[in-house]
Amino acid sequence: MNPVRRRRLLWVIALVVAAGLATALVAMALQRNIAYLYTPSEVLRGEAGEHARFRLGGMVAADSFKRAPGSLDATFRVTDGDAQMPVKYTGILPDLFREKQAVVATGRMENGVFVAETILAKHDENYLPKEVADKMGMAHKKHDVAAPGAGAAQGAK
Amino acid sequence: MLGEIGLVALILALLVSVLQAALPLAGAQRGVAPWMAVARPAAYAQLALVGFAFIVLTHAFVTQDFSLLYVAENSNSLLPLMYRYTAVWGAHEGSLLLWALILAVWTAAVARFSRSLPDTVIARVLGVMGLVSAGFLAFLIFTSNPFLRLLPAAAEGRDLNPLLQDPGMIIHPPMLYLGYVGFSVPFAFAIAALLDGKIDARWLRWTRPWTNVAWAFLTLGIALGSWWAYYELGWGGWWFWDPVENASFMPWLAGAALLHSQAVTEKRGSFRGWTLLLAIATFSLSLLGTFLVRSGVLTSVHAFAADPARGLFILIFLGIVVGGSLLLYALKAPSSADAGKPFELFSRETLLLANNLLLSTACAMVLLGTLYPLLADALELGKISVGPPYFALMFVLLMAPLVLLLPFGPITRWQSEQVSKPLAMLLPWAGFAIALAVVAYFMAPQGPVKVAAGVLGAAWVLFGTARFVWTRVRSQTTGQRFTAEMLGMTLAHFGVAIFLVGALLTEGLTTQREVAVAKGHAVELGGYSFRFDGAAHSQGPNYEADRGTVTVFRDGKPFTVMHPEKRAYASGGQVMTEAAIARGVTRDLYVALGEPLGDGAWALRVHIKPFVRWIWAGALLMMLGGFVTATDKRFRRVAEARNPLPATEPTPEPAR
Repeated sequence: MNPVRRRRLLWVIALVVAAGLATALVAMALQRNIAYLYTPSEVLRGEAGEHARFRLGGMVAADSFKRAPGSLDATFRVTDGDAQMPVKYTGILPDLFREKQAVVATGRMENGVFVAETILAKHDENYLPKEVADKMGMAHKKHDVAAPGAGAAQGAK
Repeated sequence: MLGEIGLVALILALLVSVLQAALPLAGAQRGVAPWMAVARPAAYAQLALVGFAFIVLTHAFVTQDFSLLYVAENSNSLLPLMYRYTAVWGAHEGSLLLWALILAVWTAAVARFSRSLPDTVIARVLGVMGLVSAGFLAFLIFTSNPFLRLLPAAAEGRDLNPLLQDPGMIIHPPMLYLGYVGFSVPFAFAIAALLDGKIDARWLRWTRPWTNVAWAFLTLGIALGSWWAYYELGWGGWWFWDPVENASFMPWLAGAALLHSQAVTEKRGSFRGWTLLLAIATFSLSLLGTFLVRSGVLTSVHAFAADPARGLFILIFLGIVVGGSLLLYALKAPSSADAGKPFELFSRETLLLANNLLLSTACAMVLLGTLYPLLADALELGKISVGPPYFALMFVLLMAPLVLLLPFGPITRWQSEQVSKPLAMLLPWAGFAIALAVVAYFMAPQGPVKVAAGVLGAAWVLFGTARFVWTRVRSQTTGQRFTAEMLGMTLAHFGVAIFLVGALLTEGLTTQREVAVAKGHAVELGGYSFRFDGAAHSQGPNYEADRGTVTVFRDGKPFTVMHPEKRAYASGGQVMTEAAIARGVTRDLYVALGEPLGDGAWALRVHIKPFVRWIWAGALLMMLGGFVTATDKRFRRVAEARNPLPATEPTPEPAR
């Protein structure tokens, strides 16, 4: 093998090794950090699995929001029109969080209650996150929840 | 009436851009000089037309013309004058018009500053830019017309999104777009080179300042976006790995790789094919960024409306640009025969190759994480999101070797170098950096690993780069100059060091508390005492607010008074958190109001964020580096380089 070829071969081997390593790492990291979105009905049907971290999407049910006096412990229920799921969260809620508005909470189930680590609320008066809207599907037509509109989206990170 | 004239100007601009694309490209292919000569006047005409349309829209905003749908949706009679100007690019249609305007500005600048290039080259470059412009103008006119009438006219506008009513937002989009669109210059050059069948180092030298300037603007745009998110969103974070942020970060990473590979190709002739490919990739990622952000496939603050027709249009446009360029590349890629000057395993070329591999892998990693949820959705694998830990972990893993190798780059010779030489120069400084990191590890009150890593990385890059500067300055007596290009590189590399301090120390040392406080009660955090003195009602121009007063004490003495606000905007009723920030070089105090809890008590979020400002200071240094590099006299010598250099003049870049 002449030196040019050998150098080229070394490069190719290094590249393949690096690419393989990168792929393995990426796959591993992705696997650990993916969170699926479920609606309360799906959770109740057991689709979300036990103790796994996932995202719960739906609308905050009317008259369900309560805060313990003098603390930041909040409870509310998330509904998809068919089923409801109690949610517990400690901390400051996003500006856009309100009853009868869409919410996406990330967390896990504990004793039948969804314990949220983060809460996302994205809406203006008539906006529903596309993925939540897709999930809830016909629920809007059956029940009295705000339908998705084409208004300007606004996010609270 | 004016609105219709604006639309006519846009349609004329579209026609001109088609002309600018078709005639010069055909002329360059067939060697017809008069066709090629169309390129420059067409570029200027396009700037005039798009500029006029932009002025018309701005005029409509300033004079509150609510008979235009776009104005009615994004303005309000209470909107302060300053924000009426910026509301022009506050939503989809106007921001696309800004995109088109900036493209027209860049095209005109290319037309103006390209006298030294051969006519066929400039005809092709301007032709390709005309094609891009035609795509965007067609998109604007057919799917996103900002001059659409609203009949009867609205009595009152819906108001600009309150999140965007902020000084940081005034310049964030234009800077970002200057960067995105600026990459169309190296892209057009790459396509021109492929059409021509040969890549000439002299033309490449001419594109380098353009790439640097575009990258510098993009750096500034991203830094402004991050800074804005920090103080405006009320969460105290500076980077969220949000898909929209990723969309701007991908072209930045590819652009950073492109800067370095262009330098190799220009000076040594190596990596020709790779540089062309990167130029195509960088601009394609800029388009992808626009697509992701504007198409509505992502729900975020930037996705204004989910209109499938728009998404489809950009997707097709993207397909044509990426597919067409890659096809052209496959057909006409430079042969390996002129692969440039050979280099050994340890040389500056190898180090820059590593730089490019790491940056483009990081870019691919971000791309994968950003598109994975979209792919999974399309393939019916469920609605998923990829969490920030994925990006953070992968990014750190990829950037650690880059930081390690960075100081070696400038002090290693082209072509061939003994490993021992740069090692001997840098080892003492590596030892010093490690010693500092050990001290930092034991001094850090929390997060010692991140703090130590930040100090280690920053000190290593800072000392290593300073070592290079010292070597160069000392050798000035032997006739080697310290060029603007070197100064720019030094500044950018110092910027990396400052950024590392900011990012890792902020992540390691930030302390925060979220508490419910009654009036007169205090929150203790990190040696500061934050006393909540209640919230009072206050009135802004187009909003009402609860204005909190927080008195900060340090060691029992009054330190400062802060006023976080909770605003409710008059139209639409949106609520916004305005955090109060006490700025400092070594730490920021950050207070945001949560929500009222009754009896005058409020939820309060308090952060202490050490060194957070260094993040943006580092980015600004990188930006400065890009601009300074672009001023290097060498890049303007294309004209002279066309003739043989006089014997007395030193060669532009002596091999070191």
